[in-house]
Amino acid sequence: MAEDSETKKVFDAEAAASLMKELRGTYASGKTRSYEWRVAQLKNLMKIVDDHEKDILDAIRADLSKPEQESYIAEISIIKSSCTRALGELNRWMKPEKVKTSITTFPSSAEIVSEPLGVVLIIGAWNFPLLLALDPAIGAIAAGNAVVLKPSELCPATSSLIAKLVGKYLDSSCIKVVEGAVAETSALLEQKWDKIFFTGSGRVGRIVMAAAAKHLTPVALELGGKCPVVVDSDINLPVAIRRIAGGKWASNNGQACIAPDYIITTKDFAPKLIDALKHELEAWYGKDPLESKDLAHIVNSNHFARLAKLLDDDKVSGKIIHGGQRDKANLKFAPTILLDVPEDSLVMNEEIFGPLLPILTVDKLEDSFDMITSRGKPLAAYLFTNNKKLKEKFVKTVSAGGLVINDTVLHFAEKTLPFGGVGESGMGSYHGKFSYEAFSHRKSVLYRGFAGDASARYPPYSDRKLKLLKALLSGSVVGVILALIGWS
Amino acid sequence: MKMTGSGVNGMIGMEGGRVEESIGELRRTFRSGKTRSAAWRKAQLKALLQLLRDNENKIFEALKQDLGKHPVESYRDELGVVEKSVKYSLSHVDEWMAPKKSSLPLIFFPAKGQVLPEPLGLVLIFSSWNFPISMSLDPVIGAISAGNSVVLKPSEQAPACSSFLANTIPLYLDSKAFKVIEGGAEISQQLLQQKWDKIFFTGSPSVARIVMSAAVKHLTPVTIELGGKCPTIFDYLSSPSDTEVAVKRVVGGKWGPCNGQACIGVDYVLVEEKFASHLIEMLKKTIKKFYGENPKQLKDISRIVNKHHFQRLRNLLKDPLVAASIVHGGLIDEEKLFIEPTILLDPPLDAEIMTEEIFGPLLPIITLKNIEESIEFINSRPKPLALYAFTNDEAFKRRILSETSSGSVTFNDIMIQFICDTLPFGGVGQSGFGRYHGKYSFDTFSHEKAVLRRSFFLELEPRFPPWNDFKLKFIRLAYSFDYLGLILLLLGLKR
Repeated sequence: MAEDSETKKVFDAEAAASLMKELRGTYASGKTRSYEWRVAQLKNLMKIVDDHEKDILDAIRADLSKPEQESYIAEISIIKSSCTRALGELNRWMKPEKVKTSITTFPSSAEIVSEPLGVVLIIGAWNFPLLLALDPAIGAIAAGNAVVLKPSELCPATSSLIAKLVGKYLDSSCIKVVEGAVAETSALLEQKWDKIFFTGSGRVGRIVMAAAAKHLTPVALELGGKCPVVVDSDINLPVAIRRIAGGKWASNNGQACIAPDYIITTKDFAPKLIDALKHELEAWYGKDPLESKDLAHIVNSNHFARLAKLLDDDKVSGKIIHGGQRDKANLKFAPTILLDVPEDSLVMNEEIFGPLLPILTVDKLEDSFDMITSRGKPLAAYLFTNNKKLKEKFVKTVSAGGLVINDTVLHFAEKTLPFGGVGESGMGSYHGKFSYEAFSHRKSVLYRGFAGDASARYPPYSDRKLKLLKALLSGSVVGVILALIGWS
Repeated sequence: MKMTGSGVNGMIGMEGGRVEESIGELRRTFRSGKTRSAAWRKAQLKALLQLLRDNENKIFEALKQDLGKHPVESYRDELGVVEKSVKYSLSHVDEWMAPKKSSLPLIFFPAKGQVLPEPLGLVLIFSSWNFPISMSLDPVIGAISAGNSVVLKPSEQAPACSSFLANTIPLYLDSKAFKVIEGGAEISQQLLQQKWDKIFFTGSPSVARIVMSAAVKHLTPVTIELGGKCPTIFDYLSSPSDTEVAVKRVVGGKWGPCNGQACIGVDYVLVEEKFASHLIEMLKKTIKKFYGENPKQLKDISRIVNKHHFQRLRNLLKDPLVAASIVHGGLIDEEKLFIEPTILLDPPLDAEIMTEEIFGPLLPIITLKNIEESIEFINSRPKPLALYAFTNDEAFKRRILSETSSGSVTFNDIMIQFICDTLPFGGVGQSGFGRYHGKYSFDTFSHEKAVLRRSFFLELEPRFPPWNDFKLKFIRLAYSFDYLGLILLLLGLKR
């Protein structure tokens, strides 16, 4: 995309069409297919992160005021490890998978061959602006596709840096970055892609899927939901508290799709839990969290206002038991705990995506499982307990993208597990090999010879042919022999 | 054969309120957990198998009525396939339901990981008219093995089969978890307004767009099985007996399955100029051998499904240039909805017969100077559901595989990939997305839930604030799997 710094052209429908035309041409040339090309791109992607770590951390801090360590852990290191894994496994992923055939198609051999889908679109989100643009891209590139990245416009510094570095380090005839907001994204969505990979809200996810439906383009939607944490009383409380607090406030101050949204615990245990949480929060962020440098900011004034509204709700304002401090000018919002807000309050009916943590108390924890499933399947659900039965019941009855027992968010880093949602939390999954598969078509291939032609398949039909076909399709060798004997 | 007064446009379905009511019951059943047990699923599959065994003749009759299929064709393409699927699922469902362990290399964050398949919930299956039994029951087998509640909407364009399914299934399957809802476009619209956990659609692209657009409201995942112009590359085969077998397979693969009205049937053939006339002669001979000498009284071949499709096909031949390219056949009988197996030689490439999926008994033969040009020819067109190539040239096979894209590729045969339970069946690009058959059917109706189990022991994790240099170093090393470095760091030996 030619970018003249003085007269930056608007990326409109025409530009999108011409971009698509160019990429289709490059893809058709076969350039992205070779192992060597894919490895070179992945290695260069690694270089981007290695050589420009400081620029990246600066950009993310400029956009989100995220503590450097968080950016490093959550974004840079995960991209590095994804690249490393892809580079190490690519050979294996690209190999055809041999499959067994049966007597029904004898003689034959079969395999499944992976091929790229073609030209794919990846739309990133603002909360982990580098990770959620580049991590899916690793899968798309490893799978041999031509790629267009649309990083989130809510993080302009990171978006611009991604555009610059991708343009410099990666093959720009096949991998492009389009920056922009609604207009540019809409222009992109009008085109016919071979796959669209979207991370973001359910509302925009629907817009993406509707656009994809016009072209019958397959989509992967990584959305969110209200990720609950069920906390039992018989646990190692200090460890659990750190893991819960870490998953909530050390992940972009709650602005993460898999951050714990709310807690469910027993009426008896709640006071102990709350006390421990308060102490940990003070240890981490000090007496005045708004002064702490370790707490990320709210991304923009819209989201700030949204969160403020959740707290100012009549039903809720009296239930604040910790925190609540905010600084509108600097978009700072302190970790806030709410106790037993009504189930019909706003804060319990939309994904919070912020530092507010409602705690709901129940008599029996098992009763909460139904409450969780009735709210729409979240991207993740968490349980802290040492009770084996409770664990099994939870795993069996709670449907979510992923479950973690006795921790939060960690499954995100575990690349051998598919990461994705179900129901309202999305469709499709990625990470590790699943990223590769998300951007591949697995083509079935059947090899047949000319010997062994069962004339029973062809007309003129007869009862005898019917008998032989029955034997053949049932896979019964004896049946086939008998039918053949009966034939002659 | 009992018919419950349904015409092609007949609306024997339910009004909106009753649709919601039925679906409500299915949801309640799913929530109760009844469909989750392996025992329930196997019982349903066994019942389905019994249904097929008890009703073989009824199924043959319904298919004859709707499409004029001969019992051998019906068994080969539908009944036999479904029986095979049920048996395969029955013997594998326990294995498929079992959680899969994952290996976890993040040693410093010890944990056990697994992937647990679970049913999506309430699923909707739209079937098509050309294989009305197998396109209905094959996905159903997957949905049931995966533990879902199911609504099946058979195609109204195959009314006898639709009736058969609506009347017979309730006698065998658990009607609190499984319903057949008959009807046309109006009922489909009503169904699409409801909330589904998955929609499985087999049919045409235009209807698929409507289905996927409706699925947006509830973010329902969909599998779309379409078709396309499935090309058949016919390379020169040096052995005459191989050529004979190949021709039989092409003829059997074109007019055998529902008289060309099949998503993976042969749409057109690509052959080198110099072999074209020989090929055509052999095709003509084989057609006569299979279907009889008298074109007005052909046996063992299905008819065109209805007037609408008959007219569509007849219109393809109206173009004078297309009509001029007919080298065999061309006879049509509107009353009997009959079109003779017709071969065309090099019709114009921009005519509708070469730009739209034919889905009928017309076979264009396209000649090329060199058979390798077929790759470019195919690539300049939308990706088909299946690609066929008759060749013994191994290098050419490799080129075809790596340079073209299609749902599947079959060498030296037609359609047979359909009955291979270990191969995923589905399209790419314009031929659709998603796949099924065998375990893929189970997977397509399942959610693979990731489960990570941790203990409280060994809290060695500098993952949390307040941040400091040590913690940052730890994370760097842990994520690059630098275990030695980590140990050194912990021992205070790494700077």
